[in-house]
Amino acid sequence: MIRRKNLVWSGLALLAIWQALSWLVHQPILPGPVEVAEAFWLELVHGDLLAHFAASLWRVVASTALSILVAVPAGLVMGQSRRVNVIFSPVVYLTYPVPKVVLVPVVLLFFGIGDLAKIIIIFLVLFFQILVLVRDQAAALRPELIQSVRSLGAGRRALFRFVYLPACAPAILTALRQSVGTAVAVLYVTESFATRLGLGYYISLNATTLANYPAMYAGIVAMGLMGLGMYFGVDALEKRIAPWNRGN
Amino acid sequence: MIQCERVTFAYPQRPPVFEDFDWRAERGDAWAVIGPSGCGKSTLLSLLAGLRFPNQGRVCVDGEELKRPRPFTGLIIQDYGLLPWATVRQNAELGLHLRDFYGADGVHAPREARRAGAESATAWLERLGLSGLEDQYPSQLSGGQRQRTAIARTLALNPDLLLMDEPFSSLDAPTRDGLQALILDLWAEKNLTLVIVTHTIEEAAILGRKILLLKTPPNREAVIMENPWAGAPGYRDSSEYLALCRELRSRLEQA
Repeated sequence: MIRRKNLVWSGLALLAIWQALSWLVHQPILPGPVEVAEAFWLELVHGDLLAHFAASLWRVVASTALSILVAVPAGLVMGQSRRVNVIFSPVVYLTYPVPKVVLVPVVLLFFGIGDLAKIIIIFLVLFFQILVLVRDQAAALRPELIQSVRSLGAGRRALFRFVYLPACAPAILTALRQSVGTAVAVLYVTESFATRLGLGYYISLNATTLANYPAMYAGIVAMGLMGLGMYFGVDALEKRIAPWNRGN
Repeated sequence: MIQCERVTFAYPQRPPVFEDFDWRAERGDAWAVIGPSGCGKSTLLSLLAGLRFPNQGRVCVDGEELKRPRPFTGLIIQDYGLLPWATVRQNAELGLHLRDFYGADGVHAPREARRAGAESATAWLERLGLSGLEDQYPSQLSGGQRQRTAIARTLALNPDLLLMDEPFSSLDAPTRDGLQALILDLWAEKNLTLVIVTHTIEEAAILGRKILLLKTPPNREAVIMENPWAGAPGYRDSSEYLALCRELRSRLEQA
């Protein structure tokens, strides 16, 4: 477990390195943290950074939630039922390594330029990661454990509720932890196309068209904070849901 | 209590483990089942637990043919029986939670719903010396404590038939002796019917008033040895005990 004090210190160290680099480079394309913080505050209060942030947050949270809701039951069924696994495992095996990001144009063509297309792309990326981890976890459960719980009177529904779901909670959290970064990265890619809302658009707009570098960095910081916040969220969830797994 | 009537059971693409096998156990009996590995001891237990079903013939418990696990049968296995993510208390209450989950449907839970509930789990945890460990996880317990938790979980459901599959084989000798004595106490006190699968001759002789010998499959008839003094004080040091162990050993060598 990382201590909070150490987190603060390493954060400060990163800021110091940033400031030192900015002094060294001494060009408008690398403003220091103080200047960026000012721009961040201005854009947040007077500009529309908040609206872009909210749009991005909605997309990434909605797609993450959707992936969990679809991939967890699917993974549980695949891990538990040999018959289903025999049919679908080759499909997953073939599609898992395909980089889903290259499907961005296809999904845009099919689902238009709205939120739905962006949510679907992030969903495609996360779905497979969560599915595979949950499936393997469900398949790794000892048959003795299942038998002994069945002998207590558990049918299929109760096995899901009392065995498979709690057994897979750590796998779900691991999958989430691994995919938070990916989700935000894919979000950035999707927002660089055909949209006027979202942090990805905001960053590239300020980088190229407006050449407003402090604002561009403010957008980058906002995106970083979003990823960090989701990561902390997963950590907090883990402490609540899977305390037996601490330290593993 | 238990009737196996002309039971034939085979795993797919294997020779049968049991063929036309007849066996019965009366209510209140304490049975030990012993035999070389691969003889079908554990298979017999899962047939009695309603986790597997015969290809032919039938297994009846309490007059009813088994179609699924029976709410008044308790099963305790060697290891891995506890939920690793649940505390001792949650594990002990698991059976009760399962009954609540289904309600008294007569299928997964007995129809006569008695809400003894959490108190009964707590009482058993206390009785089995697990007070103070309620919030620990199984990985934090010793092997003996884990098995006592499994016993508490089973007894909280007030079973009349207790099936045990090598319950003590991963424990050290003093712990094993203590738990064997505990099981004999509970057997006498609760008027349980007991079926214990074991591969150790001594354990069969200590716990089984009757001993069912299985051999390399297929098992066609039940070979039974009587052991009427099992559980009596001082039995472990008696000449009868030693004679029985000798007899069992020579019979197992022939099997």
